[in-house]
Amino acid sequence: MTALLQADDLTLFRGDRCLFQGLRFALDAGELLWIEGPNGSGKTSLLRAMAGLIELETGNIMWNGTNAIRHRQRFHGNLAWMAHKIGLKGDLTLLDNLRFESGLRATDWSRLDAILKRLSLSKLTALPLRSLSAGQQRRVTLARMLLADASLWLMDEPFTNLDTAGRDLVTKIVVEHLAAGGMAVVASHQAMQIDAPVRRVLLT
Amino acid sequence: MSGQQAELPDLWQGLAAIVRRDLLLAWRRPGDVLNPLFFFAMVSTLFPLATGPSQEQLQLNGPGVLWVAALLAALLSLNSLFLSDYEDGSLDQLMLSAQPLPLLAFGKSFSHWLVGGLPLVLVSPLLALTFQLPARTVGVMMLTLTFGTISLSLLGSIGAALTVGLNRGTALLSLLILPLAMPVLIFGARTVALAATDDAVAAGVYFLAAYCMLALALAPFATAAALKISNE
Repeated sequence: MTALLQADDLTLFRGDRCLFQGLRFALDAGELLWIEGPNGSGKTSLLRAMAGLIELETGNIMWNGTNAIRHRQRFHGNLAWMAHKIGLKGDLTLLDNLRFESGLRATDWSRLDAILKRLSLSKLTALPLRSLSAGQQRRVTLARMLLADASLWLMDEPFTNLDTAGRDLVTKIVVEHLAAGGMAVVASHQAMQIDAPVRRVLLT
Repeated sequence: MSGQQAELPDLWQGLAAIVRRDLLLAWRRPGDVLNPLFFFAMVSTLFPLATGPSQEQLQLNGPGVLWVAALLAALLSLNSLFLSDYEDGSLDQLMLSAQPLPLLAFGKSFSHWLVGGLPLVLVSPLLALTFQLPARTVGVMMLTLTFGTISLSLLGSIGAALTVGLNRGTALLSLLILPLAMPVLIFGARTVALAATDDAVAAGVYFLAAYCMLALALAPFATAAALKISNE
């Protein structure tokens, strides 16, 4: 039985520099993959390559037994992305931003109220995103992830800009996601205290 | 998640979502929309003032000036087509969506035309007055401008996608797009000039329509491929 997400022999160059070579890992339902390494070691590049945003030099990423890059749509339909750049429009309201998401991927709107309440965003729905604090904007990206019906979460430094309560919330949300049979790939230089099966990739 | 699978949005929902979002963004920042329109209007009204009021001369130069102004106005706004999406990370979200990227690229071009091209077409009859173009040319001018601006929005999106990762890619963008825009300019201006002298215009209109269809069919795919390269 192969794992749901399987990466074989990944090699990536940026310019002349080899970020990683022959990298392989596998991830199954309910597991977390933690990509660790110092700044500039290629954590973000690995994450972007996994998502198909950067072309790999060699290697394959298999999702559910099919090539993730070749069958892009099936893979991306199961994927939620959270990165440094929030990918939300400052001029639009929180609700408009989330509504746009429902045109891009499968979303479950019946959960909206509960999600917003949990992330303490309920009162901010009609405000332009620009007027929210960086931490609050970060929470909106979390709301987008929760709203999307995606099983694989790719998160690049998810704790940036969040206060202690926010960090605990992220950890808790990820644990719940894993417990429900989801998967998460987290790139972070900070250690994660998490109560779930964790696999590690160390980049140097 | 486990549980029941929520349904993927269909293509129309994807297209509607991106068009709606871009129109809303344009609505929130009207300055970006009005800039090209002002440029078009200013060039077209200042030109007759500078060249003098001779009717013959105005009618001779009018179609050309109007078309050059429209072309430059369209180029002016192309630069920002993907820029803000690139900068705030929305482009990543678009590329990682379950929708085909050419569809989203088409949606962006379409809303760019609605916001930047259609207003030019709509005000062009007013500006034709400043050149004292005969009334019979107005219909032809609006028709050719419609095809022309649609083509420019579509072709321009390829250039905008290629240059989005570069700092200050404006000059490069113009260089990339101008050769593709030449046929539009030549046939557009010429057709309006022919209409002014009461000559047959069908050939020019057909050419512009065909060019527009070609861009419609191919540009979204080229734009999607260009975005993949630029957004590495």
